[in-house]
Amino acid sequence: MKIAIPADEKNLAGEVCMSFGRAPYFYIYETITKMGDFIENEAASSPGGAGIKAAQIVVDNHADILITPRCGENAAEVFKATELQIYKSKNGSISDNLDAYHNDKLSKLENFHAGFHGVTGN
Amino acid sequence: MKLAVLSGKGGTGKTLVSVNLAAVAKNSVYVDCDVEEPNGHLFFKPTEIETETVAIKIPVVDEDLCLGCRKCVDFCKFNALAAIVNKLLVFDDICHSCGGCIMLCPSNALTEKDKVIGEIKTGISEEVKVISGILNTGEVSGIPIIKELLKKTAAEKRLTLIDCPPGSACIVMESIRDADYCILVAEPTIFGRHNLALVYELVKLFNKPHGVVINKCMPGENLIETFCIENKINVLSKIPFESELGAINSDGEIAVKSEKYYGLFSELLQAVVKEVEHETVTHS
Ligand code: SF4
Ligand code: SF4
Repeated sequence: MKIAIPADEKNLAGEVCMSFGRAPYFYIYETITKMGDFIENEAASSPGGAGIKAAQIVVDNHADILITPRCGENAAEVFKATELQIYKSKNGSISDNLDAYHNDKLSKLENFHAGFHGVTGN
Repeated sequence: MKLAVLSGKGGTGKTLVSVNLAAVAKNSVYVDCDVEEPNGHLFFKPTEIETETVAIKIPVVDEDLCLGCRKCVDFCKFNALAAIVNKLLVFDDICHSCGGCIMLCPSNALTEKDKVIGEIKTGISEEVKVISGILNTGEVSGIPIIKELLKKTAAEKRLTLIDCPPGSACIVMESIRDADYCILVAEPTIFGRHNLALVYELVKLFNKPHGVVINKCMPGENLIETFCIENKINVLSKIPFESELGAINSDGEIAVKSEKYYGLFSELLQAVVKEVEHETVTHS
């Protein structure tokens, strides 16, 4: 099973990124092999629709679980078309959150925020 | 002649100025481009209203024809498309109707459908033609409505007042595109000066002739006046801060119907017309 986590830096001791769509990296962890990789989030620099593209990247990397502090409505819409489960991250590093997940300490993320579209008045 | 009325922020008197200029000009056209909050019609109370809807084109996918090649997904700069488990998702609210995905789909799986985003209401109030654009709540961009509004008035020979959206974003640029002159409305406060500086940058960028109307003027030193002197901007008019005018305005009445304010706005109109004529002479 694969777990995806938004990351601020390519470091397991680093914090989980506060944003999903705009996270610079995703950590993709394979629970069977216990190995993981940091991948670039190409959506981070998108002018709009970053959440949708980031969700596409996570799905393309065959993640089954996403651990994130927050997630927008559009990304949630993408995930709805898949089997992916979303858990809410806890304060702490990426490895802390992986441990928390394995020890059943994380709860499902149920609130999806509306977009910030149009705030810049485009 | 097309006059655009702008301000850096809502509620600074932009609608007061554009409504009253249109009313004092008579035989004129008032266009409300503040599509998120059009309120000029509250003053004009137009009748004989005709309504037409404004729609944009967004793609729909025929799943039987889609090959799952993702060309459309990779192309869409706005990330309005996602290909998930062999299904193409279209995010209507994100789509900017560029039509690109439809054109390049190798299997003609994408076609256009109309999505209504708002409407345009046209009516008459005495001698003023009143046209208002209204963006449905939840829609991202009012630009398609503004384009329609300006298309409708492009050939208009009468004096046309364009009540622009507040701010200095691209929707405002769209609104002033055809304007012969821009009237910037500002209040003499620190915020007012800051907001004026933003719209001033915008009209300079577009090389539009412009002047300032200072609203809510009180005796004494005036931040906006100082700003205008420093930047060599023409001050067209100073609207006094009077509770009487405030009351007329908040009652949704047109100020020039009162003797007292008729002169103020008719002088402003003459000042602007003179400026525009001067511009035409010096530029031809
Ligand atoms: S380009 Fe056409 S065929 Fe390819 S994924 Fe998009 S809709 Fe399907
Ligand atoms: S029409 Fe343009 S903006 Fe809309 S989905 Fe297609 S490519 Fe993206």
